[in-house]
Amino acid sequence: MKKHIVTLILIASSMMGTVNIQAAGGGIKLDKAPIDIFDKDSLKRGAFAFADNCLSCHGAFFMRYNRIAKDLEMDEQELRENMIFTRGKKGDPTKIGELMKVSMTDDYAKKVFGTAVPDLSLTARARGADWMYTYLRSFYVDPYRPTGMNNKVFSDVSMPHVLWRLQGLQKAVYKTEVHDGVEVESIAGFEMVTPGTMTTAEYDSYVADLVNFMVYIAEPVQAERRTMGWKVLLFLFLFSILAYMLKKEYWKDVH
Amino acid sequence: MSVDVVDEKKRRFLVASTSVMGAVGAGFVAVPFLSSWSPSERAKNAGAPVEVNISALEEGRLMVVEWQSKPVWIVKRSAKTLSDLETLTDSLRDPNSENAAQQSSYAQNIYRSRKPEISVLVGICTHLGCSPTFRPEIAPADLGADWLGGFFCPCHSSKFDMAGRVFQGVPAPTNLSVPPHHYLSENVILIGNDGGAA
Amino acid sequence: MGKSLLGWIDDRFPLSKMWNEHLAEYYAPKNFNFWYFFGSLALLVLVIQIVSGIFLTMHYKPDAAHAFASVEYIMRDVPYGWLIRYIHSTGATAFFVVVYLHMLRALMYGSYKKPRELIWLFGMFIYLCLMAEAFMGYLLPWGQMSYWGAQVIISLFSAIPVIGDDLTLWIRGDFVIGDATLNRFFALHVIALPFVLVFLVIAHILALHEVGSNNPDGVEIKKHKDENGIPLDGIPFHPYYSVKDIVGVIVFLFFFATVMFYFPDGGGYMLEHANFIASDPLKTPEHIAPVWYFTPFYAILRAVPDKLMGVGAMGAAIVVLFFLPWIDRCKVKSIRYRSVIFKANLIVFCISFVVLGWLAMQPVTSVVTMLSRVFTFLYFAYFVVLFVTSKNEVTKPVPDRVTS
Repeated sequence: MKKHIVTLILIASSMMGTVNIQAAGGGIKLDKAPIDIFDKDSLKRGAFAFADNCLSCHGAFFMRYNRIAKDLEMDEQELRENMIFTRGKKGDPTKIGELMKVSMTDDYAKKVFGTAVPDLSLTARARGADWMYTYLRSFYVDPYRPTGMNNKVFSDVSMPHVLWRLQGLQKAVYKTEVHDGVEVESIAGFEMVTPGTMTTAEYDSYVADLVNFMVYIAEPVQAERRTMGWKVLLFLFLFSILAYMLKKEYWKDVH
Repeated sequence: MSVDVVDEKKRRFLVASTSVMGAVGAGFVAVPFLSSWSPSERAKNAGAPVEVNISALEEGRLMVVEWQSKPVWIVKRSAKTLSDLETLTDSLRDPNSENAAQQSSYAQNIYRSRKPEISVLVGICTHLGCSPTFRPEIAPADLGADWLGGFFCPCHSSKFDMAGRVFQGVPAPTNLSVPPHHYLSENVILIGNDGGAA
Repeated sequence: MGKSLLGWIDDRFPLSKMWNEHLAEYYAPKNFNFWYFFGSLALLVLVIQIVSGIFLTMHYKPDAAHAFASVEYIMRDVPYGWLIRYIHSTGATAFFVVVYLHMLRALMYGSYKKPRELIWLFGMFIYLCLMAEAFMGYLLPWGQMSYWGAQVIISLFSAIPVIGDDLTLWIRGDFVIGDATLNRFFALHVIALPFVLVFLVIAHILALHEVGSNNPDGVEIKKHKDENGIPLDGIPFHPYYSVKDIVGVIVFLFFFATVMFYFPDGGGYMLEHANFIASDPLKTPEHIAPVWYFTPFYAILRAVPDKLMGVGAMGAAIVVLFFLPWIDRCKVKSIRYRSVIFKANLIVFCISFVVLGWLAMQPVTSVVTMLSRVFTFLYFAYFVVLFVTSKNEVTKPVPDRVTS
């Protein structure tokens, strides 16, 4: 009987493995993002990249600056110089314990971009690291868009390609496929038109650090919970041995 | 297969050690739940030190800032006010600020401040928590001819001098509290932080 | 000193009496196996959910404008708030894993048969309450999936003829899911349903203790007692099963901790990805799927092309379980002594349940819909086949005493 149940569970779990809830709309293939939230140097580079490029339009409303300083082992002065460029309503400099807010209002954003600018605190948990990593490397030139750029992963996105100076400008290379007798055009890849200040490898690494940082801010406690985890499991494992010995001793009475 | 003799000692040992391990585990589990009551990051940030610029503060005036949801008074005192402080010793409960709970050591002097002319006080009456009124004027009708300036609490009539020291015969038991603070520069005070040198 | 204190209490409160009746002198069959852990584990998870839930309530804000942010506040700003939140979210999944396995045990060993029908009924009411509790709890984070999942499920009630639209308006308290809905779901989730659940669990256990536990052989141990009236195949729950259940609890906690510390969002099946986006009444996520433990019933709902019939089928899938004690007419309780038909039937039922769950998470295509219909049919077929074949089922001889 037990055998049958186990077989059932194995069938079920292998089927579940094929479900990919994170697939981009339309089933776009996503590149694997090299994430390592234990790599503090990468996170630090990503943090500064985030402040340089993203933090003027996008907020990270659930993240506090001082937590970044603590977790990434940065002193507060260094963080302030590289990441805090805002002031409070009365003109006083934003405190280190404040949330990462921006001054752009939703109304302004709607006027300029046609849509409110999404907060990035939880994007890594909502869309996934692979999605963001692919997205930031999939902008291509498109003269029909207001920003002059479009994105393979997020069609007709309102966001301009903020990192264009680093990556350079690429154009899309199309391929035609036949699906059910209908010709469908899709993007096969990209070709660099105007090189940026970074090589492809350097840019990929820059984006990887940035995405790594975003994975961190989506759940800052990640590293701590994984470290706590094995200690708890070890305790429970040892406890189970003791409890089993106790059970065996009493069950000598039975039968 | 039942044993003829129950090994009582082994059972007692196993029960005891399992219980101890269980208690340890329960203790570990209790920690996060009890800690969750401690001030959150949001509370700690709201209670964080406040920078105040006093360059515009005129002599004889009081400015109020909020720190940890409490009013903090900063008063620029004249030379006359400072010399008047010395004459009040006999009418005060704690003229030498011997109650260490009310101020750090740098405020344990007759001026109860780091700089004699700048007074920094928590504006909450040490009786039951109302915020006293600022009465810098000399000998007003309602406070009597002996009044040399200070603070008067409207709730139960406690009185404090211009250094926040409490008078005798009023309900408030102690001098007004001096918040931890230090000078970041000539005109900028950081309230909420002693700056290391207490 | 200790004895007289106990005596003082016993003179005024049936403490020792309850201890004996339900623990030290409650004689349970000595052949409980792996499948008999899940009752005590369910009780453990209930306690875990109540304790972690109470602590979450200390920081959570049941206000549409603040709910989502308050959950992130718990995750980031409250000391160990993240741990308490993950305990609660992992606990919700653990509750259903344990309860489904607990119910499967009843199906295998005939634990719902006479004289235990009432235990089964209380259990089914617990299951219903648990589903309501989980559904309401899931609205509270006020994410995209919370909002739209609730929107879909509450709209089902509009399928009821005549009163449907008024009913959904009444449930929501507004024309759309909003603050009014959130607040009342919070009250029900935190206070009303937990009280009902605790009462039902007590009733469930009292009903069990009244007739005594079943066992993997389906043999009634009370048939053979010794000169003191103690069942020959019975052992006192305390210390034997208390000591055994401690092991069960620790092993369970090991798996619980593994999930909680290393896969807290369960690969997107426990904390769904869309729920990390604050709810937006103007934008529906691409993919609405209920949390995994509701999926089989959701698949049945989607399989039926008519709205009212779909709701009916989904409801029937749960209601039919209430009638199991009377659908299964076989006198033999345990699968060990029942026919090949029964075994095959049960296996097909289990496979259908799991496959339906998987199908519910797939986007709707013609193949998925076709398969959903096939497995919905097989799901209900279990009960029909059981009813028809159980009356004159060919069974093996049932032993007089328990085996193992």
